[in-house]
Amino acid sequence: MYSEQRDRAQRDTASAGIAGAAAPALAETVSLAIVGSGGAGAMRAGEILLDVAAKAGFFGLMSRAMGPQIRGGEAAALLRLASVPVSSPDDHFDLLIALDWANFSRFAAELPLSSTSLVLADPDEGPVPAEITESGARIATLAMKALARKVPGGRVNMIALGGAAALIGLPTALLTAALARQFGGKDEAVQAANAAAVALGIEAAAGLPPVRRLTAPPPVAGPRWNISGNQATGLGALAGGVGFVAAYPITPATEVLEWLAPALAETGGILVQAEDELAAVNMVIGASFAGTPALTATSGPGLALMSEALGLAVASETPIVVVDVMRGGPSTGIPTKSEQTDLDIAVHGLHGDAPHLVLAPNSIGDCLFTTQWAVGLAETLQTPAIVLSDQALGQSRAIIAPPPTAPALPGRLIASASAAGEGKGYQRYALTESGVSPMAIPGTPGMTYVADGLEHTPRGVPSAQAADHDAQLAKRARKLTTFDYGPAWADISGEEGAEVAILTWGSATGPAREAVQRARRAGRAVRLISLRLLLPARPAALAAALAGVRRVLVVEQSAGRQFHKFLRANYDLPGEVAVFNRPGPLPIRPAEILARLASWE
Amino acid sequence: MSETLLAPAPVLTKPPPPRDGAFTMQDFKSDIKPIWCPGCGDYSVLTALAKALAELGRPREQVALISGIGCSSRLPAYTSVYGFHGVHGRALALATGVKLARPDLTVIAAGGDGDGLSIGGNHFLHACRRNVDMTYILMDNQVYGMTKGQASPTTAPDWCEGKLTPEGPGIAPVAPLRLALAAGVSFFARGFAGNPNELARLIVAGITHPGFAVIHVLSPCVTFRPEQRAWKQAVHPLEGAPATDLATAMARFAADDGFTTGIFYACAAPPFMPERKRTKQASDFAKRFLVEI
Repeated sequence: MYSEQRDRAQRDTASAGIAGAAAPALAETVSLAIVGSGGAGAMRAGEILLDVAAKAGFFGLMSRAMGPQIRGGEAAALLRLASVPVSSPDDHFDLLIALDWANFSRFAAELPLSSTSLVLADPDEGPVPAEITESGARIATLAMKALARKVPGGRVNMIALGGAAALIGLPTALLTAALARQFGGKDEAVQAANAAAVALGIEAAAGLPPVRRLTAPPPVAGPRWNISGNQATGLGALAGGVGFVAAYPITPATEVLEWLAPALAETGGILVQAEDELAAVNMVIGASFAGTPALTATSGPGLALMSEALGLAVASETPIVVVDVMRGGPSTGIPTKSEQTDLDIAVHGLHGDAPHLVLAPNSIGDCLFTTQWAVGLAETLQTPAIVLSDQALGQSRAIIAPPPTAPALPGRLIASASAAGEGKGYQRYALTESGVSPMAIPGTPGMTYVADGLEHTPRGVPSAQAADHDAQLAKRARKLTTFDYGPAWADISGEEGAEVAILTWGSATGPAREAVQRARRAGRAVRLISLRLLLPARPAALAAALAGVRRVLVVEQSAGRQFHKFLRANYDLPGEVAVFNRPGPLPIRPAEILARLASWE
Repeated sequence: MSETLLAPAPVLTKPPPPRDGAFTMQDFKSDIKPIWCPGCGDYSVLTALAKALAELGRPREQVALISGIGCSSRLPAYTSVYGFHGVHGRALALATGVKLARPDLTVIAAGGDGDGLSIGGNHFLHACRRNVDMTYILMDNQVYGMTKGQASPTTAPDWCEGKLTPEGPGIAPVAPLRLALAAGVSFFARGFAGNPNELARLIVAGITHPGFAVIHVLSPCVTFRPEQRAWKQAVHPLEGAPATDLATAMARFAADDGFTTGIFYACAAPPFMPERKRTKQASDFAKRFLVEI
């Protein structure tokens, strides 16, 4: 069974004409998409499948393709279920179920199919679109609408759910239990209708052509989490000790805030919905000045509005964290879809010489680690930290091993009450060796000072003198450059001594990670370096990580090659450097990276 | 993931009791020499504020004075309380963050007409409706002084001395009282820098008011608007007690010549302060993501 599937997987990749049989897709995984018009229930069916797979001991990843409509647009649940952890979409989908074909052409490009893919179409929903027939995929009919009509209150998405679960080999008992959990709060008629519709879907699957099935889950999968990137970001904020959040709603960051609002309320903190991003970031600075670790979350347009205040946080040495869940830009761009194109503004968007922290999570689970680490670093170094997540991480959900938490950091250096004469002795911006100066928290007697965006003396008195500017610029730079960030600055994996390295960041790391795994199976050594800490740059650390490397492939989701330019500005890269890049919203797929690596052979 | 999760520090929700009579005005002034021009109304605002804080008996470390950018926004450096001199127009947002994070502190925002009503106009609107328990000292001289004399949002349409608007701004000025009332402010008073004793009383009333209190201060700019020296003769006290209903307050606005001083409006409205509970910690939330087999 297992070997048969591996053979088929190898045929799949070969027939898709990518990378060749030398680098097969991970045979232990199944990818499926459920598509339909908004409200048809594709997302709900996908969530239940992910839930069932989790209970059955599998790992998984579910992303979503959505249009901009609030109701009634197009929606697709894109799942990859596996007996091994997965962090990337596969090269194509094994199974596509269309609840209807409304607006399908709007996201057909996001649903690659191969000749071994199976597409289930409902004959009641009209002809199969050209994009499907031209893909060469196998097409079969599943009369979802007609079957649903047999059940009073029956819904097509439940027929699809039953069909999908049966086709890929998810246990029926677990599916039944998942339905009870999902719909337990509904009235009995709804529960019965859903159960009956799912049963009809399972029954219908018996007559359908086979698709790749899930292999057995690992005997002991260990504890696993079911979490989205935006939830993990919220949890990371909480774990880092954030007690104040002010923010303005924006897609695709809003779920971070929606998760944090009740969580903060129960942990002694608060979340404030601000009138705009300018208010949000300034409220956050105010709260942090008052002693509470503070964070805001936004997307590119909001980050642009916040950039003046980020300069204030640098100059006044007020720790804050700004999470940017990136989307397609510029301007309103593509709010519901992912792109790695706010790197430029995060790195260079501040006015003046303004050293600050920029970090990026490189997986859904890592949103927890990186956000928590960012809070700790911002607090320890008394400076703003920008966390660059993106829609592909934030709005995707994964079944993963429990993510690690960030290393403990000293946290904010607090100035305690002065025993000396009141007021005059305290220097808020004292020129210390580390560059970090003890910060007095309002309420502390004898330590009053004025935080200032104006250049200032060590005491905080405004100053336009060259010597004060030099000293304060140097101190603010020194505290970031001399700090020991430890090993978390990057994730380094793959072969020691490999001559080829992939250098990437953020959500592009997922497909790069899988490309390296597949290359290893094919006997090729590739090293993977994913930068988590973007600012300050770590030239010596990267040089060590690239020891022995003769060729570097930079992988990023930006038409303007923002990451490549960032690397060129801050690092010396060895040997030959090539870039595999593309704009959003189409995700980078492992086979594409492998194909680019193969061109070097 | 449990031991490594940090719990935020406890938040004090109530200020410590005032120490009446323990302070003098000088306790609230710093040793830094103001950059203001001789004769600037803002000197008197500083004096009135120091006097008010001394009267309230609030320890200086319990007070946070937050400002934006402009001549009047330099105020925090000249006091001895905790201060934050932020960016242009955002004093109220900054102050809102301080107060919501630390309900125990007495929070005062200060700034000018350009800072508060032009670049920061949106925050003024929302601070009025949010009604966070803090006080806003809005120093109005109808001109941008720090950038050397341009028309501000409260400048008359026919003032032709501004180099950017040599024919006059040509648009009606913002009336802070009307704007604040329309936005749902719960306290509005107007004072005059030339009468610091009255102004100190208004500031005390504003700080004591539970909610967002606007103290609109006519504070002359003798450098770019020397004609404002005549304000001394123009101001006159409001007759009657503070209005407690909007209709009376609006009627007072309609009858106002812009030089009436006193408390126009003070109504009881619940201040915005989200409730804090500490029933869980971060690790409790982490457990919710665990797949139960």
